[in-house]
Amino acid sequence: MKKKSKISVTDLDFYYDEFQALKSVNLEIKKNEVTAFIGPSGCGKSTLLRTLNRMNDLIEGTKVEGKVLLDGVDIYDDFDVIELRSRVGMVFQKPNPFPMSIFDNIAYGPRLNGIKKKSILNEIVEKSLRGAAIWDEVKDNLKKNALSVSGGQQQRICIARALAVEPEVILMDEPTSALDPIATLKIEDLIHELKQEYTIAIVTHNMQQAARISDKTAFFLLGEIIEYDKTTRLFEKPKDERTENYITGRFG
Amino acid sequence: MSQAIEKDNLTVIVNESKFKDSYIDRDKAHNRAKRRVIFSKAANILFSLTIIFALSVLALLLIQIIQKSIGWLDWQFLISKLSIRAEKAGILGVIIGSVLLIVVVAPVTLFIGIATAIYLEEYSKKGRIQSLIMTNISNLSSVPSVIFGMLGLTVFGRLFGLKASILAGGLTLSLLVLPIIIVACQEAIKAVPKNLKEASYGLGASKWTTVRKVVLPTALPGIMTGCILALSRAIGETAPLVVLGIPTLILKLPTGLMDDFTALPIQIYYWTLDTVLTKEYANLAAATIVVLLTLLFLMNSIAIFIRNKYQRRY
Repeated sequence: MKKKSKISVTDLDFYYDEFQALKSVNLEIKKNEVTAFIGPSGCGKSTLLRTLNRMNDLIEGTKVEGKVLLDGVDIYDDFDVIELRSRVGMVFQKPNPFPMSIFDNIAYGPRLNGIKKKSILNEIVEKSLRGAAIWDEVKDNLKKNALSVSGGQQQRICIARALAVEPEVILMDEPTSALDPIATLKIEDLIHELKQEYTIAIVTHNMQQAARISDKTAFFLLGEIIEYDKTTRLFEKPKDERTENYITGRFG
Repeated sequence: MSQAIEKDNLTVIVNESKFKDSYIDRDKAHNRAKRRVIFSKAANILFSLTIIFALSVLALLLIQIIQKSIGWLDWQFLISKLSIRAEKAGILGVIIGSVLLIVVVAPVTLFIGIATAIYLEEYSKKGRIQSLIMTNISNLSSVPSVIFGMLGLTVFGRLFGLKASILAGGLTLSLLVLPIIIVACQEAIKAVPKNLKEASYGLGASKWTTVRKVVLPTALPGIMTGCILALSRAIGETAPLVVLGIPTLILKLPTGLMDDFTALPIQIYYWTLDTVLTKEYANLAAATIVVLLTLLFLMNSIAIFIRNKYQRRY
């Protein structure tokens, strides 16, 4: 069964002022799949991830050429950025919960969308925290400041916060690189569950992680996609020599 | 092969290798090290002496004042009205005047200060206009306070017809302390980590929502600290109010913003001036100084407390 394309990137060029960070990127992210971006530092994988929800618009001097289609609609052409970001959510590298209670963190997104009733917010908060596999750990402490829990729990709270706006796509920018191995494992299990309902794109420095959790992997080098294939195929029989060198650790 | 040698109570490790001592004269270096230790200790003593000197000057002032105020600073003094007769005079009206000044200065400066800081940090593009605004703000802060008095007299006192009312005094002082608040708010807003704002944008919030629900609440302790510091400056300002035309003796207690008034530093000034006529005024001035200093000390302590309590919340 051919999976539908959720996001398709066509001939994307990206510039930070004069510097071209992405060159002719072509990519399809399929619905309900986990797509991993791997590559050495500075190769453009985070940049690409951030073009998918237009977070790069916040940086001055950036320029985008090419198309990024979400369900067939170009997000850079007359598309409401606010709506885009409520459909395409993001989890960042360093956990960044707001300095508020856990409840207020999760309720932030729904409140943006005009939901005020306490009972509905309670439901959404519980559902999101369950979805992030952290409900049991924090359910008695929802009023506690979100910064008072451990890093791994903070990151899962951030994931729950992203889930609360009911996105279709979740972008994850090295979500476990600041966490210990046990927390990392919990989040990897979580991603495995989440992909049944969401489409996920994840940037990771950790190749074993990419091999473990993703369906498709794209290997980046200096702003270009060198190889993009099913994860199993890319790791077992890479087509490009550079891919093989990176995977076997000869560089990067 | 290395050896440890004892030399003047310092242990020196001497390395014998083929790279030995080609550039570094170990003896010279050793003497240098000794000199540095002595110098460091001397510097320590010197700096301690300067602190002791500064504190002694402060203590000297305080002791003189407190001595003069003994017997004159009591509950009666705080709740009585002003009077020409020194024994009957009290600073109730003066305290009310200073408090009402704060009632004007605080909201005006907070509103303009926060708005300006938000504009500068979140909305304006880095460029000529922004540099121009910030240069002018820091220019404002170096203008002598007397000149603010003249500005207040001309614009608020005469042009707006507010004369020497609390409103006129409050607005004049607001202009004076505005740069302090703007800079403090700017620093507080700048200190909000970028990743908090990104999290908000990533959830689909607009810029104004992010400012309102994430940036301002996070920056609040810094803003409050700046506000209290600005207010403590405003409470102590004398020159602008003198130029504005605050009367030397007010017998009625001020009740509204348009009333005539006097404030703590002004009263200190006038009583000190008139000590040549009535010797006891010196004691009244001293007592008022103690009240003012206590108030300032309290305000600054609160500011420091807030700052320490809320540091690194994020």
